[in-house]
Amino acid sequence: MSASPASRPHAARNTLLRMIAGRIGAAFLTLILVSLVVFTISDLLPGDAAQEALGQSATPAQVAALRHEMGLDRPAYVRFGSWITGLAGGDAGQSLVANMPVGEIIRERLPNSLLLAALTTLVAVPLALTIGISSAMNRGGRLDRALNVATLSMVALPEFLVATIAVLIFSVKLRWLPSISMLPEQATWGQFFETFAMPVFSLCVVVIAQMARMTRAAVIDQLDRPYVEMALLKGLSPARVVIRHVLPNAVGPIVNAMALSLSYLLGGAIIVETIFNYPGLASLMVNAVTSRDMPLLQACAMIFCAVYLLLMLLADVTAIVANPRLRSA
Amino acid sequence: MSDPATAPDTPHVPPHVPPHVTVTNLRIAARGPDGQDIVIVDDVSFAIPKGEVLALIGESGSGKTTIALSLLGHVRPGAAITGGSITVGDAAIRSLTPAALRDLRGNRIAYVAQSAASAFNPSRTLMDQVVEPALIHDLLPRPAAEAKAVELFRALGLPKPDTIGQRYPHQLSGGQLQRLMAAMALITDPELVILDEPTTALDVTTQIGVLQAFRAVVRDRGTTAVYVSHDLAVVAQMADHIVVLNRGRVRETGRVHQILQSPRDDYTKTLMAAAHPVVEAAQDKPRTAPVPLLQIEGLTAGYGRVDAQGRPAVPVLRDIGLTLHRGEILGVIGESGSGKSTLARVIAGLLPPARGRISLDGAPLAPGLDGRSRDDFRRVQIVFQNADVALNPAHSVGQILKRPLAFYHGLTGAAADARVAELLERIQLPRTLADRPCTDLSGGQKQRVNLARALAAGPDLILCDEVTSALDTVVGAAILDLLADLRRELGIAMVFISHDISTVRAICDDILVLYSGDVVDQGPRAAFGSPPHHPYTDLLIRSVPEMRPGWLPEGLGAPALPPIDPLAGDADLCRFLPRCNVRVAGLCDRIAPPRHDLAAGNAILCHLEEGPLAVAQRAEALV
Repeated sequence: MSASPASRPHAARNTLLRMIAGRIGAAFLTLILVSLVVFTISDLLPGDAAQEALGQSATPAQVAALRHEMGLDRPAYVRFGSWITGLAGGDAGQSLVANMPVGEIIRERLPNSLLLAALTTLVAVPLALTIGISSAMNRGGRLDRALNVATLSMVALPEFLVATIAVLIFSVKLRWLPSISMLPEQATWGQFFETFAMPVFSLCVVVIAQMARMTRAAVIDQLDRPYVEMALLKGLSPARVVIRHVLPNAVGPIVNAMALSLSYLLGGAIIVETIFNYPGLASLMVNAVTSRDMPLLQACAMIFCAVYLLLMLLADVTAIVANPRLRSA
Repeated sequence: MSDPATAPDTPHVPPHVPPHVTVTNLRIAARGPDGQDIVIVDDVSFAIPKGEVLALIGESGSGKTTIALSLLGHVRPGAAITGGSITVGDAAIRSLTPAALRDLRGNRIAYVAQSAASAFNPSRTLMDQVVEPALIHDLLPRPAAEAKAVELFRALGLPKPDTIGQRYPHQLSGGQLQRLMAAMALITDPELVILDEPTTALDVTTQIGVLQAFRAVVRDRGTTAVYVSHDLAVVAQMADHIVVLNRGRVRETGRVHQILQSPRDDYTKTLMAAAHPVVEAAQDKPRTAPVPLLQIEGLTAGYGRVDAQGRPAVPVLRDIGLTLHRGEILGVIGESGSGKSTLARVIAGLLPPARGRISLDGAPLAPGLDGRSRDDFRRVQIVFQNADVALNPAHSVGQILKRPLAFYHGLTGAAADARVAELLERIQLPRTLADRPCTDLSGGQKQRVNLARALAAGPDLILCDEVTSALDTVVGAAILDLLADLRRELGIAMVFISHDISTVRAICDDILVLYSGDVVDQGPRAAFGSPPHHPYTDLLIRSVPEMRPGWLPEGLGAPALPPIDPLAGDADLCRFLPRCNVRVAGLCDRIAPPRHDLAAGNAILCHLEEGPLAVAQRAEALV
């Protein structure tokens, strides 16, 4: 209030930038802490890559030799130090099992996971918004109740069941879609659709319900405010009231709920990846656990964590930008 | 009583000119939880000639807002218009389609809501919201609408009219937002404006300017208006006609002069009586106890880090001193932000002061809650403004009252039940209410329970923070009577915090006026009856609307103040200086004001002596 009108927008932009810089700093700190936790937990797993590679018939001397060769006999803090400095320089280390750089394996899998997540987001977010907003606008009405029942049953269905039933219907009975999602090189649009239809559908069932319910709650919370009645009395149509007046105020809680749901799409896609045999990151990570391929496991965990933090950061920034009180505070 | 054939009295309008707004036999009902219709508005009829202002007056629950909204074809969820007709110009409101209604709203009929602070969208600029009605009804292109908005801002006396539209609601004061809301209503040049308690949430000193601005723009444009209010004195300034409502029915209709000078209906008479609370004050008996019950010396409090001199980063109260004897009521008055509620929080221990001493019966009271004993807690009780929020909605009245009985006195079982019954009797509520959830009670009943909860502790001192402000005048007057009884019969002392000087003058023995955290005027009630006062006290007293038309000064804004040098921002100068109408250049803007006594017994923080103040304030009274 005390700033002169000329300097105010500038000052507001500065506080906004400072706030975002603060959040990014906090995200990095979290990432470092997580790396410590990930390293410690993976170190606690029984057995190691040398043992897994040589099998049960190997003598202790052979295992020890391989261990030394892999550098596994160094103390934990040394291994953590070399891992984290490598990671900071963009080198995630050498896969102990596949014997190739972790970075290369991930480069191959990450785009698949991102593609699946992006497609699911493209389908799920508009659907969830539509469901949430229309059920909020018809609060207590028939449409609202129907959508409530639908979203609740979606939450209640385990995704492996949804995926399996989808396979049973569309692959086994109707034979419309392949039960394995392998995108051929130079795929046509038709093949693209066939490949992704069922995985995207199964993931959507999981995330839409949560997002739609949170959207409904956030919109209803705003619809009870006096400014909504004021907007109606200005002659605005209900649709315009929601789009121009309610959404800017509801966007904070909505994007936060969406970021939480969407963060599930990378790591949580494991069941869908397994059922449809889709080469994504989640199944890669599970394989890394079984083969004790620690560098690979740790890299996957760090990616999931980073994506999660990134989504949260985006949600926070969106909420701040949408709220003039937070912006200037 | 509300025969449509005789009720609208518009004697000067020739019979062949139809009224601009006609409401006939209007009936609005809500569907109750048991499926039965509850009638909110019953058989209401009135008419407004073009360009005149009609006031709908009544207490909460009288249906005044419901009627006002129905003129826009709007009813709140759960209610429906079940009978009668509403005509505005050539439009029969009830027969319009939703699209036709939208076309009318915010265009030909505009609405100004009670609390502008919540009726504006917090996340969009004010200009966006003000020009929106003109844009959605395709009346003006955006640049023309913005130019017109700026013109309206200027006409309504808003500061920095060219840039104020770029700001957000949270950056402006309540009075400014209320003017912006009027600008939003007038941007489409509506033929009918509905003003729904537009100044109720404002301080009296702010209210005057807003009322002046509203009246000026409504008159200049020849707009027909409906003014909804519970305050007869405000209505007297604004309206040509008054419709008195009670429980959804019309009690009396007439021109302003007739209603104010010769009300025919008993209910109207009750309303008028409640507007001037007369409470039986304690007789002036000599103070027997040498030690005051509550004594505060050199108290400074605020928020944030406290520096080496004991000044908090955000000071709210500065160097407060007061004494309060047993069985007396001290009124604390000031506008919002003056530090009234903070004073109550400091005395209660909720906010430890940065500096200063509080003593109870001569013994020092610990600054914070953790230093106070259970008996300290028992002796100082606080009653909050909003009983709706202060009482746990999940508890019954009995549970609410038994909690302090068990906590302070270890009373349980039959003994507690008996005490609850006693307490209910004491606050004049039926004993049977003990088993009811407090959500079943009316506003006035809840405030009584809120008070009984404090009484249950058996306190020596009750801090009443705006306890009547959220209540209707009639209900509030009854609570004031109850407080006076409690003081007389139980000898409880009270700190009575209020923004309403007539209430404070009615009930308190001593009065303390806070301005921006300073005690500017302090003394016995008698000293506040006639001038001279501190200039701020004078402004407060002058700002209370009087129940006579023509009290509100014509024109826009207050008369010009004496010129002073630009302020250097010295913390010790008089804080009221920027608004003071008797300030002296070269004195007030240079030197910190001294505290001195006036003949009537009050001490003021001001440079001016008794004589000059009295002359200036008597002259004002004659204007």
